[in-house]
Amino acid sequence: MRLKEYKIVNFIIAFIIIFGLWQIAVMIINKPLFPQPYAIIINIVRTFHKDIAIHVVYSLIRIIVGLLFTLSIGIPVGILMGYFKKVDSILSPIIYFNYPIPKIALLPIVMLIFGLGDSTKVVMIFLITFFPVVVNIKDEVKNIPEDVFYTMYSLGATHFQIIKEIVLPGIIKAILTSLRISIGTAISVLFFTENFGTEYGMGYFIMDSWMRINYIQMYSGILILSLIGLFLFILIDVLEEILCPWRK
Amino acid sequence: MIEIKNLDVYYKNVDKHVKVIDNANLTVKKGDICAIIGPSGGGKSTLLKVLAGIIVDYEGKVLIDGKTVNPKIHRIGLIPQNYGLIKWKTVEENIFLSTKIKDGKGNIDLNFYEKILKELKLKDFVKRYPGELSGGQMQRVSMARALLLKPNLLLMDESFSALDAMTRENVQKLFLEVWEEHKVTTIIVTHDIKEAIYLSKNIAVISSSPGKIVEVISNPLFGRVNMEMEIEYIQINSKLRKTLKGDS
Repeated sequence: MRLKEYKIVNFIIAFIIIFGLWQIAVMIINKPLFPQPYAIIINIVRTFHKDIAIHVVYSLIRIIVGLLFTLSIGIPVGILMGYFKKVDSILSPIIYFNYPIPKIALLPIVMLIFGLGDSTKVVMIFLITFFPVVVNIKDEVKNIPEDVFYTMYSLGATHFQIIKEIVLPGIIKAILTSLRISIGTAISVLFFTENFGTEYGMGYFIMDSWMRINYIQMYSGILILSLIGLFLFILIDVLEEILCPWRK
Repeated sequence: MIEIKNLDVYYKNVDKHVKVIDNANLTVKKGDICAIIGPSGGGKSTLLKVLAGIIVDYEGKVLIDGKTVNPKIHRIGLIPQNYGLIKWKTVEENIFLSTKIKDGKGNIDLNFYEKILKELKLKDFVKRYPGELSGGQMQRVSMARALLLKPNLLLMDESFSALDAMTRENVQKLFLEVWEEHKVTTIIVTHDIKEAIYLSKNIAVISSSPGKIVEVISNPLFGRVNMEMEIEYIQINSKLRKTLKGDS
Protein backbone atom coordinates (compact mmCIF):
# COMPACT_ATOMS: atom_id res chain seq x y z
CA MET A 1 0.00 0.00 0.00
CA ARG A 2 2.88 2.29 -0.76
CA LEU A 3 0.85 4.78 -2.72
CA LYS A 4 -1.41 5.45 0.22
CA GLU A 5 1.66 6.19 2.31
CA TYR A 6 2.32 9.13 0.02
CA LYS A 7 -0.29 11.41 1.40
CA ILE A 8 0.42 14.96 0.42
CA VAL A 9 -0.30 16.01 3.99
CA ASN A 10 2.64 13.90 5.22
CA PHE A 11 4.96 15.64 2.77
CA ILE A 12 3.73 19.05 3.76
CA ILE A 13 4.32 18.20 7.43
CA ALA A 14 7.83 16.91 6.60
CA PHE A 15 8.66 20.08 4.68
CA ILE A 16 7.31 22.28 7.45
CA ILE A 17 9.47 20.45 10.02
CA ILE A 18 12.62 20.65 7.85
CA PHE A 19 12.10 24.32 7.01
CA GLY A 20 11.17 25.11 10.61
CA LEU A 21 14.41 23.58 11.89
CA TRP A 22 16.28 25.36 9.13
CA GLN A 23 14.72 28.68 10.07
CA ILE A 24 15.72 28.13 13.73
CA ALA A 25 19.30 27.31 12.64
CA VAL A 26 19.40 30.47 10.48
CA MET A 27 18.25 32.62 13.40
CA ILE A 28 20.87 31.10 15.71
CA ILE A 29 23.81 31.14 13.27
CA ASN A 30 22.82 34.31 11.37
CA LYS A 31 25.47 34.20 8.61
CA PRO A 32 25.11 34.57 4.81
CA LEU A 33 26.17 30.92 4.49
CA PHE A 34 22.70 29.98 5.84
CA PRO A 35 20.05 31.89 3.89
CA GLN A 36 16.41 31.98 4.95
CA PRO A 37 14.47 28.94 3.63
CA TYR A 38 11.72 31.12 2.17
CA ALA A 39 14.42 33.06 0.21
CA ILE A 40 15.53 29.79 -1.36
CA ILE A 41 12.00 28.83 -2.36
CA ILE A 42 11.36 32.29 -3.81
CA ASN A 43 14.66 32.01 -5.70
CA ILE A 44 13.66 28.63 -7.13
CA VAL A 45 10.29 29.95 -8.25
CA ARG A 46 11.91 32.99 -9.87
CA THR A 47 14.92 31.36 -11.53
CA PHE A 48 13.93 27.74 -12.17
CA HIS A 49 12.66 28.20 -15.67
CA LYS A 50 15.40 30.63 -16.67
CA ASP A 51 18.51 29.26 -14.93
CA ILE A 52 17.96 25.87 -13.30
CA ALA A 53 15.68 23.80 -15.58
CA ILE A 54 18.38 23.14 -18.20
CA HIS A 55 20.68 21.72 -15.50
CA VAL A 56 17.88 19.49 -14.19
CA VAL A 57 17.24 18.16 -17.68
CA TYR A 58 20.93 17.34 -18.24
CA SER A 59 21.25 15.60 -14.87
CA LEU A 60 18.03 13.62 -15.31
CA ILE A 61 19.05 12.43 -18.78
CA ARG A 62 22.45 11.31 -17.48
CA ILE A 63 20.86 9.44 -14.55
CA ILE A 64 18.23 7.76 -16.72
CA VAL A 65 20.68 6.72 -19.46
CA GLY A 66 23.21 5.44 -16.89
CA LEU A 67 20.56 3.42 -15.06
CA LEU A 68 19.16 2.06 -18.32
CA PHE A 69 22.63 0.74 -19.17
CA THR A 70 22.92 -0.77 -15.70
CA LEU A 71 19.55 -2.49 -15.90
CA SER A 72 19.90 -3.71 -19.47
CA ILE A 73 23.21 -5.42 -18.67
CA GLY A 74 22.82 -6.05 -14.93
CA ILE A 75 19.45 -7.83 -15.10
CA PRO A 76 20.49 -10.51 -17.64
CA VAL A 77 23.83 -11.06 -15.88
CA GLY A 78 22.10 -11.35 -12.46
CA ILE A 79 19.52 -13.78 -13.85
CA LEU A 80 22.14 -15.96 -15.53
CA MET A 81 24.22 -16.05 -12.33
CA GLY A 82 21.22 -16.88 -10.15
CA TYR A 83 19.79 -19.49 -12.48
CA PHE A 84 22.85 -21.31 -13.82
CA LYS A 85 25.28 -22.53 -11.15
CA LYS A 86 28.12 -22.73 -13.68
CA VAL A 87 27.71 -19.11 -14.76
CA ASP A 88 27.62 -18.13 -11.09
CA SER A 89 30.82 -20.03 -10.32
CA ILE A 90 32.60 -18.31 -13.22
CA LEU A 91 31.28 -14.77 -12.77
CA SER A 92 30.99 -14.51 -8.97
CA PRO A 93 34.74 -14.20 -8.35
CA ILE A 94 34.95 -11.50 -11.04
CA ILE A 95 31.98 -9.58 -9.63
CA TYR A 96 33.14 -9.89 -5.99
CA PHE A 97 36.67 -8.84 -6.95
CA ASN A 98 35.47 -5.69 -8.68
CA TYR A 99 32.58 -4.80 -6.37
CA PRO A 100 34.65 -3.25 -3.52
CA ILE A 101 36.81 -1.08 -5.79
CA PRO A 102 35.81 2.55 -5.18
CA LYS A 103 34.52 3.35 -8.64
CA ILE A 104 35.04 7.06 -8.21
CA ALA A 105 38.79 6.29 -8.21
CA LEU A 106 38.34 5.12 -11.80
CA LEU A 107 37.15 8.56 -12.91
CA PRO A 108 40.54 9.63 -14.37
CA ILE A 109 40.73 6.42 -16.41
CA VAL A 110 37.13 6.73 -17.57
CA MET A 111 37.82 10.35 -18.56
CA LEU A 112 40.87 9.29 -20.56
CA ILE A 113 38.86 6.64 -22.37
CA PHE A 114 35.52 8.41 -22.83
CA GLY A 115 36.60 12.05 -22.80
CA LEU A 116 35.09 14.91 -20.85
CA GLY A 117 31.54 14.73 -22.26
CA ASP A 118 28.36 13.00 -21.21
CA SER A 119 29.71 9.49 -21.85
CA THR A 120 32.00 9.72 -18.83
CA LYS A 121 29.12 10.67 -16.53
CA VAL A 122 26.94 7.85 -17.85
CA VAL A 123 29.77 5.30 -17.61
CA MET A 124 30.50 6.33 -14.03
CA ILE A 125 26.84 5.89 -13.06
CA PHE A 126 26.88 2.50 -14.78
CA LEU A 127 30.08 1.39 -13.04
CA ILE A 128 28.90 2.35 -9.59
CA THR A 129 25.38 0.90 -9.86
CA PHE A 130 26.06 -2.24 -11.93
CA PHE A 131 27.56 -4.45 -9.19
CA PRO A 132 24.90 -3.99 -6.49
CA VAL A 133 22.19 -4.56 -9.11
CA VAL A 134 23.78 -7.82 -10.30
CA VAL A 135 24.30 -9.15 -6.76
CA ASN A 136 20.78 -8.20 -5.68
CA ILE A 137 19.14 -9.84 -8.69
CA LYS A 138 21.28 -12.96 -8.45
CA ASP A 139 20.28 -13.40 -4.78
CA GLU A 140 16.61 -12.87 -5.59
CA VAL A 141 16.69 -15.57 -8.29
CA LYS A 142 18.32 -17.94 -5.83
CA ASN A 143 15.58 -17.14 -3.29
CA ILE A 144 12.80 -18.47 -5.54
CA PRO A 145 11.58 -21.65 -3.78
CA GLU A 146 12.84 -24.92 -5.27
CA ASP A 147 9.29 -26.30 -5.28
CA VAL A 148 8.36 -23.79 -7.96
CA PHE A 149 11.19 -24.99 -10.21
CA TYR A 150 10.35 -28.66 -9.57
CA THR A 151 6.83 -28.24 -10.93
CA MET A 152 8.30 -26.56 -14.02
CA TYR A 153 10.89 -29.32 -14.54
CA SER A 154 8.17 -31.99 -14.22
CA LEU A 155 6.30 -30.21 -17.02
CA GLY A 156 9.34 -30.40 -19.25
CA ALA A 157 9.64 -26.60 -19.36
CA THR A 158 12.62 -25.16 -21.23
CA HIS A 159 15.05 -22.74 -19.55
CA PHE A 160 13.56 -19.96 -21.63
CA GLN A 161 10.03 -20.79 -20.42
CA ILE A 162 11.20 -20.97 -16.79
CA ILE A 163 12.99 -17.62 -17.02
CA LYS A 164 10.03 -16.00 -18.78
CA GLU A 165 7.28 -17.40 -16.56
CA ILE A 166 9.00 -17.70 -13.19
CA VAL A 167 12.28 -15.84 -12.90
CA LEU A 168 11.56 -12.54 -14.66
CA PRO A 169 8.23 -11.81 -12.95
CA GLY A 170 9.75 -13.03 -9.68
CA ILE A 171 12.57 -10.50 -9.66
CA ILE A 172 10.59 -7.36 -10.47
CA LYS A 173 10.60 -6.43 -6.79
CA ALA A 174 14.39 -6.89 -6.65
CA ILE A 175 14.83 -4.79 -9.79
CA LEU A 176 12.85 -1.95 -8.23
CA THR A 177 14.76 -2.26 -4.94
CA SER A 178 18.02 -2.14 -6.90
CA LEU A 179 16.78 0.94 -8.71
CA ARG A 180 15.90 2.61 -5.42
CA ILE A 181 19.44 2.04 -4.11
CA SER A 182 21.03 2.93 -7.43
CA ILE A 183 19.23 6.26 -7.72
CA GLY A 184 20.80 7.54 -4.50
CA THR A 185 24.22 6.36 -5.61
CA ALA A 186 23.75 7.70 -9.14
CA ILE A 187 22.86 11.17 -7.85
CA SER A 188 25.92 11.20 -5.59
CA VAL A 189 28.33 10.14 -8.32
CA LEU A 190 26.71 12.48 -10.81
CA PHE A 191 27.19 15.43 -8.47
CA PHE A 192 30.89 14.65 -8.41
CA THR A 193 31.39 13.94 -12.11
CA GLU A 194 29.42 17.02 -13.22
CA ASN A 195 32.24 19.12 -11.80
CA PHE A 196 34.43 18.06 -14.70
CA GLY A 197 34.15 18.93 -18.37
CA THR A 198 30.61 20.30 -18.43
CA GLU A 199 28.67 23.49 -17.95
CA TYR A 200 25.37 21.74 -17.44
CA GLY A 201 24.02 19.54 -14.70
CA MET A 202 23.06 20.04 -11.08
CA GLY A 203 26.56 19.18 -9.85
CA TYR A 204 28.03 21.94 -11.96
CA PHE A 205 25.23 24.34 -11.00
CA ILE A 206 25.72 23.83 -7.25
CA MET A 207 29.52 24.10 -7.31
CA ASP A 208 29.45 27.06 -9.68
CA SER A 209 27.02 28.90 -7.36
CA TRP A 210 29.25 28.10 -4.39
CA MET A 211 32.34 29.50 -6.15
CA ARG A 212 30.42 32.65 -7.03
CA ILE A 213 29.40 32.89 -3.35
CA ASN A 214 25.76 32.79 -4.43
CA TYR A 215 24.55 30.70 -1.48
CA ILE A 216 20.85 31.09 -2.21
CA GLN A 217 21.41 29.67 -5.70
CA MET A 218 23.61 26.91 -4.25
CA TYR A 219 20.92 25.85 -1.75
CA SER A 220 18.32 26.03 -4.50
CA GLY A 221 20.41 23.49 -6.43
CA ILE A 222 20.73 21.20 -3.41
CA LEU A 223 17.00 21.35 -2.76
CA ILE A 224 16.21 20.58 -6.39
CA LEU A 225 18.65 17.67 -6.38
CA SER A 226 16.82 16.33 -3.37
CA LEU A 227 13.47 16.81 -5.13
CA ILE A 228 14.76 14.93 -8.19
CA GLY A 229 15.63 12.00 -5.91
CA LEU A 230 12.22 12.21 -4.22
CA PHE A 231 10.44 12.27 -7.57
CA LEU A 232 12.34 9.19 -8.77
CA PHE A 233 11.68 7.31 -5.51
CA ILE A 234 7.95 8.02 -5.77
CA LEU A 235 8.02 6.94 -9.42
CA ILE A 236 9.54 3.59 -8.41
CA ASP A 237 6.98 3.10 -5.67
CA VAL A 238 4.20 3.77 -8.16
CA LEU A 239 5.79 1.23 -10.53
CA GLU A 240 5.97 -1.29 -7.69
CA GLU A 241 2.30 -0.76 -6.96
CA ILE A 242 1.45 -1.46 -10.61
CA LEU A 243 3.91 -4.27 -11.31
CA CYS A 244 3.74 -6.17 -7.99
CA PRO A 245 0.03 -6.35 -7.18
CA TRP A 246 0.54 -9.56 -5.14
CA ARG A 247 2.37 -7.55 -2.49
CA LYS A 248 -0.75 -5.58 -1.51
CA MET B 1 0.99 -48.16 -15.94
CA ILE B 2 3.98 -47.09 -13.91
CA GLU B 3 6.92 -49.48 -13.60
CA ILE B 4 9.99 -49.00 -11.48
CA LYS B 5 12.56 -51.73 -12.09
CA ASN B 6 15.80 -52.23 -10.15
CA LEU B 7 16.12 -48.52 -9.47
CA ASP B 8 19.32 -47.28 -7.86
CA VAL B 9 19.87 -43.58 -7.18
CA TYR B 10 23.06 -42.01 -5.90
CA TYR B 11 23.74 -38.52 -4.62
CA LYS B 12 27.14 -37.07 -5.30
CA ASN B 13 28.60 -35.94 -2.00
CA VAL B 14 31.89 -34.06 -2.59
CA ASP B 15 34.20 -37.01 -3.26
CA LYS B 16 31.90 -40.02 -2.83
CA HIS B 17 28.57 -41.31 -4.10
CA VAL B 18 25.87 -41.93 -1.47
CA LYS B 19 23.23 -44.48 -2.37
CA VAL B 20 19.78 -43.13 -1.53
CA ILE B 21 17.60 -45.68 -3.34
CA ASP B 22 18.60 -49.30 -3.50
CA ASN B 23 17.11 -51.67 -6.07
CA ALA B 24 13.56 -50.33 -5.82
CA ASN B 25 10.83 -52.19 -7.67
CA LEU B 26 7.22 -51.10 -7.93
CA THR B 27 4.33 -51.37 -10.34
CA VAL B 28 1.26 -49.13 -10.26
CA LYS B 29 -1.62 -50.03 -12.54
CA LYS B 30 -3.21 -47.41 -14.75
CA GLY B 31 -5.85 -45.52 -12.80
CA ASP B 32 -4.67 -46.75 -9.40
CA ILE B 33 -3.51 -44.81 -6.37
CA CYS B 34 -0.39 -46.02 -4.63
CA ALA B 35 1.05 -44.56 -1.44
CA ILE B 36 4.74 -44.72 -0.67
CA ILE B 37 5.25 -44.63 3.05
CA GLY B 38 8.47 -44.58 4.97
CA PRO B 39 10.59 -42.73 7.50
CA SER B 40 12.07 -39.29 6.85
CA GLY B 41 15.26 -39.44 4.85
CA GLY B 42 14.25 -42.77 3.36
CA GLY B 43 14.40 -41.59 -0.21
CA LYS B 44 10.64 -41.15 -0.75
CA SER B 45 10.99 -37.66 -2.19
CA THR B 46 13.98 -38.77 -4.28
CA LEU B 47 11.84 -41.54 -5.76
CA LEU B 48 9.16 -38.98 -6.54
CA LYS B 49 11.71 -36.71 -8.22
CA VAL B 50 12.83 -39.61 -10.40
CA LEU B 51 9.20 -40.26 -11.36
CA ALA B 52 8.72 -36.55 -12.09
CA GLY B 53 11.73 -36.53 -14.39
CA ILE B 54 13.55 -34.05 -12.16
CA ILE B 55 16.33 -36.52 -11.31
CA VAL B 56 17.56 -38.16 -14.50
CA ASP B 57 20.82 -39.57 -13.23
CA TYR B 58 19.80 -43.06 -12.05
CA GLU B 59 20.31 -46.74 -12.76
CA GLY B 60 17.46 -49.10 -13.60
CA LYS B 61 14.22 -48.41 -15.40
CA VAL B 62 11.37 -46.04 -14.69
CA LEU B 63 8.58 -46.40 -17.22
CA ILE B 64 5.28 -44.65 -17.79
CA ASP B 65 3.08 -46.68 -20.14
CA GLY B 66 6.12 -48.58 -21.32
CA LYS B 67 8.27 -45.54 -22.10
CA THR B 68 11.14 -44.18 -20.02
CA VAL B 69 9.87 -41.28 -17.94
CA ASN B 70 10.41 -38.01 -19.76
CA PRO B 71 8.62 -34.77 -18.85
CA LYS B 72 8.82 -33.68 -22.49
CA ILE B 73 6.77 -36.71 -23.59
CA HIS B 74 4.67 -37.56 -20.54
CA ARG B 75 2.17 -35.39 -18.75
CA ILE B 76 3.23 -35.39 -15.14
CA GLY B 77 1.29 -33.44 -12.56
CA LEU B 78 3.38 -32.70 -9.49
CA ILE B 79 1.95 -31.40 -6.22
CA PRO B 80 4.95 -30.60 -4.00
CA GLN B 81 4.92 -30.37 -0.23
CA ASN B 82 4.60 -26.58 -0.22
CA TYR B 83 2.24 -26.64 -3.21
CA GLY B 84 4.73 -25.01 -5.62
CA LEU B 85 2.46 -22.06 -6.31
CA ILE B 86 3.91 -18.90 -7.75
CA LYS B 87 3.12 -15.99 -5.47
CA TRP B 88 3.26 -13.39 -8.22
CA LYS B 89 0.63 -15.15 -10.33
CA THR B 90 -3.09 -15.22 -9.59
CA VAL B 91 -4.84 -18.50 -8.84
CA GLU B 92 -6.09 -18.60 -12.43
CA GLU B 93 -2.60 -17.94 -13.85
CA ASN B 94 -1.15 -20.61 -11.55
CA ILE B 95 -3.72 -23.18 -12.69
CA PHE B 96 -3.23 -22.31 -16.37
CA LEU B 97 0.55 -22.49 -16.13
CA SER B 98 0.89 -26.28 -16.45
CA THR B 99 -1.19 -26.44 -19.62
CA LYS B 100 0.34 -23.25 -20.97
CA ILE B 101 3.82 -24.77 -20.69
CA LYS B 102 2.76 -28.16 -22.07
CA ASP B 103 0.36 -27.23 -24.85
CA GLY B 104 0.72 -23.48 -25.42
CA LYS B 105 -1.42 -20.60 -24.26
CA GLY B 106 -4.14 -21.04 -26.88
CA ASN B 107 -4.76 -24.71 -26.12
CA ILE B 108 -6.22 -24.53 -22.64
CA ASP B 109 -9.42 -26.55 -22.35
CA LEU B 110 -11.61 -23.90 -20.75
CA ASN B 111 -14.60 -26.21 -20.26
CA PHE B 112 -12.41 -28.67 -18.39
CA TYR B 113 -10.96 -25.77 -16.40
CA GLU B 114 -14.45 -24.65 -15.35
CA LYS B 115 -15.30 -28.24 -14.38
CA ILE B 116 -12.20 -28.55 -12.19
CA LEU B 117 -12.85 -25.17 -10.58
CA LYS B 118 -16.33 -26.33 -9.68
CA GLU B 119 -15.16 -29.71 -8.40
CA LEU B 120 -12.43 -28.16 -6.26
CA LYS B 121 -14.63 -25.27 -5.14
CA LEU B 122 -12.20 -22.64 -6.40
CA LYS B 123 -14.51 -20.40 -8.42
CA ASP B 124 -14.47 -17.58 -5.88
CA PHE B 125 -10.68 -17.44 -5.63
CA VAL B 126 -9.46 -17.28 -9.23
CA LYS B 127 -8.42 -13.63 -9.12
CA ARG B 128 -6.65 -13.90 -5.77
CA TYR B 129 -2.94 -14.40 -5.21
CA PRO B 130 -1.55 -17.43 -3.29
CA GLY B 131 -0.60 -15.14 -0.40
CA GLU B 132 -4.29 -14.44 0.11
CA LEU B 133 -5.25 -18.12 0.41
CA SER B 134 -5.38 -20.59 3.29
CA GLY B 135 -3.32 -23.81 3.23
CA GLY B 136 -6.33 -25.86 2.15
CA GLN B 137 -7.14 -23.46 -0.68
CA MET B 138 -3.52 -23.48 -1.89
CA GLN B 139 -3.58 -27.27 -1.85
CA ARG B 140 -6.71 -27.26 -4.02
CA VAL B 141 -5.16 -24.76 -6.45
CA SER B 142 -2.09 -26.97 -6.76
CA MET B 143 -4.39 -29.95 -7.38
CA ALA B 144 -6.32 -28.01 -10.02
CA ARG B 145 -3.09 -27.05 -11.79
CA ALA B 146 -2.02 -30.70 -11.92
CA LEU B 147 -5.45 -31.98 -13.03
CA LEU B 148 -5.92 -29.40 -15.81
CA LEU B 149 -2.89 -31.00 -17.41
CA LYS B 150 -4.87 -34.27 -17.81
CA PRO B 151 -1.80 -36.07 -16.50
CA ASN B 152 -0.59 -39.62 -17.20
CA LEU B 153 0.73 -39.56 -13.67
CA LEU B 154 -0.11 -37.46 -10.63
CA LEU B 155 2.58 -37.18 -7.96
CA MET B 156 1.89 -35.86 -4.48
CA ASP B 157 4.77 -35.20 -2.10
CA GLU B 158 3.54 -35.00 1.51
CA SER B 159 0.90 -32.70 0.07
CA PHE B 160 -1.45 -32.81 3.05
CA SER B 161 1.17 -32.63 5.79
CA ALA B 162 1.10 -28.85 6.24
CA LEU B 163 -2.68 -28.72 6.76
CA ASP B 164 -4.47 -28.74 10.10
CA ALA B 165 -6.46 -31.89 10.95
CA MET B 166 -9.90 -30.65 9.89
CA THR B 167 -8.72 -29.06 6.65
CA ARG B 168 -6.67 -32.15 5.87
CA GLU B 169 -9.74 -34.39 6.23
CA ASN B 170 -11.82 -32.12 4.01
CA VAL B 171 -9.18 -31.80 1.30
CA GLN B 172 -8.47 -35.54 1.34
CA LYS B 173 -12.18 -36.26 0.91
CA LEU B 174 -12.37 -33.75 -1.91
CA PHE B 175 -9.27 -35.25 -3.51
CA LEU B 176 -10.89 -38.72 -3.54
CA GLU B 177 -14.08 -37.33 -5.08
CA VAL B 178 -12.08 -35.64 -7.82
CA TRP B 179 -9.92 -38.73 -8.30
CA GLU B 180 -13.07 -40.89 -8.71
CA GLU B 181 -14.14 -38.51 -11.46
CA HIS B 182 -10.84 -38.51 -13.39
CA LYS B 183 -9.17 -41.80 -12.34
CA VAL B 184 -5.64 -40.44 -12.73
CA THR B 185 -2.78 -42.82 -11.90
CA THR B 186 -1.49 -41.34 -8.66
CA ILE B 187 1.49 -41.86 -6.41
CA ILE B 188 1.32 -40.27 -2.98
CA VAL B 189 4.38 -39.95 -0.80
CA THR B 190 3.56 -39.71 2.89
CA HIS B 191 4.81 -40.58 6.35
CA ASP B 192 1.25 -40.69 7.74
CA ILE B 193 -0.09 -44.26 8.02
CA LYS B 194 -3.74 -43.20 8.30
CA GLU B 195 -3.41 -41.00 5.21
CA ALA B 196 -1.82 -43.86 3.26
CA ILE B 197 -4.62 -46.25 4.23
CA TYR B 198 -7.40 -43.76 3.46
CA LEU B 199 -6.03 -42.51 0.15
CA SER B 200 -4.43 -45.46 -1.62
CA LYS B 201 -5.28 -48.85 -3.07
CA ASN B 202 -1.74 -50.13 -2.55
CA ILE B 203 0.82 -49.09 0.01
CA ALA B 204 4.53 -49.45 -0.73
CA VAL B 205 6.72 -49.38 2.36
CA ILE B 206 10.16 -47.90 1.81
CA SER B 207 13.02 -48.56 4.21
CA SER B 208 15.31 -45.85 5.50
CA SER B 209 18.38 -44.75 3.59
CA PRO B 210 19.26 -46.29 1.26
CA GLY B 211 15.56 -46.49 0.43
CA LYS B 212 14.35 -49.92 -0.58
CA ILE B 213 10.75 -50.93 -1.21
CA VAL B 214 10.42 -53.73 1.35
CA GLU B 215 6.74 -54.51 1.00
CA VAL B 216 3.68 -53.60 -1.06
CA ILE B 217 0.42 -54.05 0.81
CA SER B 218 -2.95 -54.26 -0.92
CA ASN B 219 -5.37 -51.98 0.93
CA PRO B 220 -9.08 -52.90 1.06
CA LEU B 221 -9.89 -49.82 3.15
CA PHE B 222 -9.19 -47.32 0.37
CA GLY B 223 -11.52 -44.33 0.60
CA ARG B 224 -13.45 -45.66 3.58
CA VAL B 225 -14.50 -43.08 6.13
CA ASN B 226 -14.48 -43.77 9.88
CA MET B 227 -12.28 -46.80 9.34
CA GLU B 228 -10.24 -46.41 12.52
CA MET B 229 -12.44 -48.77 14.55
CA GLU B 230 -12.47 -51.53 11.94
CA ILE B 231 -10.46 -54.69 12.53
CA GLU B 232 -8.90 -54.47 9.05
CA TYR B 233 -7.65 -50.96 9.76
CA ILE B 234 -6.04 -52.05 13.01
CA GLN B 235 -4.44 -55.02 11.23
CA ILE B 236 -3.06 -52.99 8.33
CA ASN B 237 -1.96 -50.19 10.63
CA SER B 238 -0.16 -52.63 12.89
CA LYS B 239 1.42 -54.41 9.91
CA LEU B 240 2.69 -51.12 8.50
CA ARG B 241 4.02 -50.03 11.88
CA LYS B 242 5.78 -53.35 12.30
CA THR B 243 7.39 -53.10 8.87
CA LEU B 244 8.43 -49.50 9.49
CA LYS B 245 9.73 -50.26 12.99
CA GLY B 246 11.55 -53.34 11.75
CA ASP B 247 13.28 -51.04 9.38
CA SER B 248 14.33 -48.50 11.98
